[in-house]
Amino acid sequence: MKNIQHTLLVILCATFIFSCKKSSDSPATGTGKVSLEFDNRAGDAELVFGTTYTTAAGEQISFTKFNYYISNVVFIKADGSSYVVPKDSCYYLVQHDVEESRGPLVSNIPAGDYTAIQFVLGVDSAKCAAPVEQRTGVLDPAGEGQDMYWSWNSGYIFLKTEGTSAQSTMENTFMYHIGGFGGTTSATINNIKTIKLIAPEDPIMVRTNRQPDIHMYVDAMKLFNGTTNISVATDPMVMFAPYSTTIANNYQHMFSINHVHND
Amino acid sequence: MQKRLIYICYLLCYVLLMSACDKSSDKPAIGVLLPVNFPEPVYNLAANPVSWDGFQLGKSLFYDPILSKDNSVSCGSCHIATSAFTQHGHTVSHGINDQLGKRNSLSLVNLAWGKDFFWDGGVHNFDLVAFNPIQNPVEMDETVANVIVKLQQISAYKQQFKAAFGSEEITTQTFTKALSQFMLCMVSANSKYDQYVRKENNITLTTDELDGLALVKAKCSNCHATDLFTDGSFRNNGLSSSFEKDMGRYNVTLMPEDMGKFKVPTLRNLTYSTPYMHDGRFTTLEQVLNHYSSGVKATATLDSTLLNNGTTGIALSDGEKQHIIAFLKTLDDESFIRDKRFQEE
Repeated sequence: MKNIQHTLLVILCATFIFSCKKSSDSPATGTGKVSLEFDNRAGDAELVFGTTYTTAAGEQISFTKFNYYISNVVFIKADGSSYVVPKDSCYYLVQHDVEESRGPLVSNIPAGDYTAIQFVLGVDSAKCAAPVEQRTGVLDPAGEGQDMYWSWNSGYIFLKTEGTSAQSTMENTFMYHIGGFGGTTSATINNIKTIKLIAPEDPIMVRTNRQPDIHMYVDAMKLFNGTTNISVATDPMVMFAPYSTTIANNYQHMFSINHVHND
Repeated sequence: MQKRLIYICYLLCYVLLMSACDKSSDKPAIGVLLPVNFPEPVYNLAANPVSWDGFQLGKSLFYDPILSKDNSVSCGSCHIATSAFTQHGHTVSHGINDQLGKRNSLSLVNLAWGKDFFWDGGVHNFDLVAFNPIQNPVEMDETVANVIVKLQQISAYKQQFKAAFGSEEITTQTFTKALSQFMLCMVSANSKYDQYVRKENNITLTTDELDGLALVKAKCSNCHATDLFTDGSFRNNGLSSSFEKDMGRYNVTLMPEDMGKFKVPTLRNLTYSTPYMHDGRFTTLEQVLNHYSSGVKATATLDSTLLNNGTTGIALSDGEKQHIIAFLKTLDDESFIRDKRFQEE
């Protein structure tokens, strides 16, 4: 009994402290929504299909497609505690040419101040091997996910980018379709990337009466420019091949939180 | 005796279950037979219970060329019922616009017991197999998404989907599950050997056949295991010295040890399913056995069972080969081949 009283006291105090922190704010109870804004960039500019960019390898490229899956979102507080968004409600397919796909909304997040988020770039291995009834929405291989599924080597394409380049040795085009979830009975290549991003200044303040927007920069050029600089002349097409891991190791660094809108 | 009783019980349960499932008694019983001499199935049958309407819908889809881009090729084009669902007379599959694939059409049989599908095991979920031939540019060159769009425009199909799944709306799930229901029912377990091993109808094997059975058990059952006559594994059986033409399982795993490996096929219904091997290179069982006795090529990934003290292959005399062939013919299941339920109407 004493314990319960003690716990209640702590909760009361905590509520009091939090509610005092910002007088205009509703207390950090209940749940709220957060918008994940994926702002695709090319270096320091907005990514525009058809615009020519120069890679670190000195090649001129232009994008015609830039799609990727985001899943398994986690909101993390300064003390390390976290809220894991129920897996089945957070599979997102970001398509650069589909504006509404670039700002998915996550609901039912417990109110509180979060200082970091974590997500998977790709689709987790359990879902890659899931029965057909669990492949709905963006994961429907004959629906919204039809462009992101390999039928001959069953699995999702985690990131798909295509474009043109005068330096390409494949009819002036490049195609990178990167997937590989680690296999079921055999251990195959695994390009599932878990990415953790720290909010640079303000925390993500989830409240019942606010909808914070996590404005992420996603620099598509990091796919080409990284630990290994990718050349469209030498590797114009990479799909399910060992070299895909080199590309995935590059593009896992393309995300950062530029700022958080809490208003 | 006990085994036979169990089998009869199975049959009874199956018939009762199936008839209980059908609302109107004029619909014939249908279901996935679980033979008592088979191991446990892999497919989750409870998640896709077979109904007569689902089976009939799956059959309509299986034989409908609308599944291909130019409406010219159906599943049944390369999987012919009377050839144990292989493409008789074709070494490799023959797709739209007279394009040739690189592999021999696999027999569609006892699929509920499959772990991985296709020669390279690229698909590990049976409900997703249809995506592969439908979307392969040299097979049907279509998309499942567009097949569903085409089907939605046909009122007969909408009615069939409603009867089978309760809704006219055609989804990835109902489309794939209907095809699965039809194909899962293709159980072949009524060969002379099956009846012998289950002690049915006083079936006996001849001395030659019994000798062949003993030889298969001793020399082939490492790979052609259980009464499915396959362990579902991937192995290099020494057909080639190099694999530029087809790297097999390596394409799926990218692991050097999988170079040139292909799925171990079943030994059932071989009389009907010639030609043999992943590239259809052999037309007779004699050729197949000659390969194992004297044609096996040593490469880094050759199956260890085909390499003994530096000698490749399986030692077999001419007499032994004849007895093995005599036994293999007892795995022909004529009632399966002639089963009208599976044949194009």
